[in-house]
Amino acid sequence: MIFESLSNKLQDTFRRLRGRGKLTEKDVNTALREVRLALLEADVNFKVVKDFIAAVKERSLGSEVMASLTPGQTVIKIVNEELTKLMGGSVAELSQAAAPPTVVMMVGLQGAGKTTSAAKLALLLKKKKHAPLIVAADIYRPAAIKQLQVLGEQLDIPVFQMGQQEPVQIAKAALEYAKKHKHDYMIVDTAGRLHVDEKLMEELERMSATLQPQEILLVVDAMTGQDAVNVAQAFKERLSLTGVVLTKLDGDTRGGAALSVRAVTGCPIKFAALGEKTDAFEPFHPDRMASRILGMGDVLTLIEKAQASFDEDKARDLEKKLRTQQFTLEDFLEQMEQLKKMGPLNQIFEMLPGMGGMGKKLKDIQLDEKQFARTEAIIKSMTKQERQNPKIINSSRRKRIAAGSGTRVQDVNNLLKQFDMVQKMMKRLGKKEKGKGIRRFPFL
Amino acid sequence: MGLFGRIKAGLQKTRSGIMNRLEGLFSRKNFDDGFFEELEEVLISADLGVETTLDLVEDLRQKVKDEKLTEPDDVIAALKQLLLDILGESEESLEPPTEKPSVILVLGVNGVGKTTTIGKLAARYRRQGKKVLLAAGDTFRAAAIEQLEIWAERTQSELVKHQHGADPAAVIFDAINAARARGCDVVLCDTAGRLHNKASLMEELKKVHRVIAKALPGAPHEVLLVLDATTGQNALAQAKVFNEAAPLTGLVLTKLDGTAKGGIVIAVARSLKIPVKFIGVGEGIEDLQPFIAQEYVEGLFHAD
Repeated sequence: MIFESLSNKLQDTFRRLRGRGKLTEKDVNTALREVRLALLEADVNFKVVKDFIAAVKERSLGSEVMASLTPGQTVIKIVNEELTKLMGGSVAELSQAAAPPTVVMMVGLQGAGKTTSAAKLALLLKKKKHAPLIVAADIYRPAAIKQLQVLGEQLDIPVFQMGQQEPVQIAKAALEYAKKHKHDYMIVDTAGRLHVDEKLMEELERMSATLQPQEILLVVDAMTGQDAVNVAQAFKERLSLTGVVLTKLDGDTRGGAALSVRAVTGCPIKFAALGEKTDAFEPFHPDRMASRILGMGDVLTLIEKAQASFDEDKARDLEKKLRTQQFTLEDFLEQMEQLKKMGPLNQIFEMLPGMGGMGKKLKDIQLDEKQFARTEAIIKSMTKQERQNPKIINSSRRKRIAAGSGTRVQDVNNLLKQFDMVQKMMKRLGKKEKGKGIRRFPFL
Repeated sequence: MGLFGRIKAGLQKTRSGIMNRLEGLFSRKNFDDGFFEELEEVLISADLGVETTLDLVEDLRQKVKDEKLTEPDDVIAALKQLLLDILGESEESLEPPTEKPSVILVLGVNGVGKTTTIGKLAARYRRQGKKVLLAAGDTFRAAAIEQLEIWAERTQSELVKHQHGADPAAVIFDAINAARARGCDVVLCDTAGRLHNKASLMEELKKVHRVIAKALPGAPHEVLLVLDATTGQNALAQAKVFNEAAPLTGLVLTKLDGTAKGGIVIAVARSLKIPVKFIGVGEGIEDLQPFIAQEYVEGLFHAD
């Protein structure tokens, strides 16, 4: 929904510029203002947004956007690419200790979801045939140890605890225990603490010095706002963070904190927690997160698909044909093949934002997969002459085409009717856009 | 330097940046667009959100024009007044409970500090000499009941609990009846943290609300939504959806002792007219304070 607004706003912005020839820096600025607001609305830190927009602007002013038939989408594409790049690649692997156990410390603010994430991570490891040990080092929150014990019982994973003793001592003893009992992973649940709490931050430093962990994962609530940068910065200054766990992603937050934290720590976001169930813990997908922050979901996938499968030269060619109304069945066939490359049609139509009336009309034509194959066969059974000028297809030609394509005369009739509809629709579009140049083929 | 490096370098300065900006704001002699832009950044960085910020700054521009303000101090004062208009200047307070028992339902998403808030509220009422009963309505999270049990001991409050996995409505129903039988003044009802986009869990909440009204006509007397000050724009969605499930009477803003400003409560107060009643400022049992709008607004413009 939010994408609708961002996408539509961008398209509106660029539509107004149509017929004016080249885009100017000011045009790009107007468009990027919308992107900026979308990112801020998604809770990306304003400072991160500022630098990010500057980078996108640099690229947008390049020829890429200017030469594009669809500047709005090209800008979105650039934004998305830069976001994904900034978010880093997918790195869900934990580094391993030369000699087991591999020690993983979970750190973060109160309520971020450390305890639950510790249990979920342990389960993930257990499923991969490892022997994890969970260590209860949160001695402050009432019943935190009990919570881990209950989770450990549920998952059949041992939990090491020493009551309310000094956390660094607990960690030390746990390490001995893990070695002795041949645990190859040791996940330490630490107490939630504010990054400005000097005493508790110092405790973490000591624990890290004692354990020499392979991984220190900062657990961050995906709903965190502007403050995410301060938190991440403070933890990073004190500890050698190796990764981030993003929790509560099953909510409806856009999760801009992911970008802020990533920008500050430079660490990859390794895992995403998406639910109350203990197995709702997954490797993190940076590309999906980028789309989510922009609020554009599937649409980006669609744009990417289209970019990958749609030949821009052919599109230009087609535009010319549309404008001069020389659209033939051959072109129709070619279009269908282009579309087919993009994947299941019903999904594509669902993904399209702002299709409005046109989307419905296209749906009425019922371009389902089977019909696709049929249509292809029918058109391929036509002579070249017939394809270019369907008007000459009389009833005896229809019979021949039906026989040749293994369909019924009725199917041939339907196709010709459909083609007629499409042609009419395109004529209308062609007229509407006359003098301004046609934006793009109506399917996209 | 790549984009990444640039952003990283930029952020090194963020914290001191806010401070400098604020000082810069106050020392400015005139206010051009740059002034208002900086003000926008201050508000956005406090999590007020884009819409609220843009509207506020627009109102402020108008005010500056109408009242012909020329001194930066006057402009900042005008902005503070705009914020106070939204938050309501009068000190909202829960005490003393007028009904006996007074039923207070506490809601929120996961990890905002509901149980801790209940513990602190219990301590507060106990200091006032009230007889308090805690209802262990979070029957879902592992050890949530035990956590509340510890708070009951610490504050010497009564506790009504069922098994883990029991129906929360039933727990709270029993708790209200027990409170009446034992002559308690206040019943504090804990609930499981739930994300507001989980329809079934919000239905469960509606049921809890209905059952409370059935157990004691006129109850619940207060429905408090706990918001985490570090939460960004999503808090607005939380408030909206929770308010539909169980009409809210107030907000509790927790974790204000960090560096987060919790400015989203301004957006919430503005769109839903729900007052902030308490703020959580620390781990201690006494670290729950009444919300005082004036102090909060001052804090927004204070770099710490």
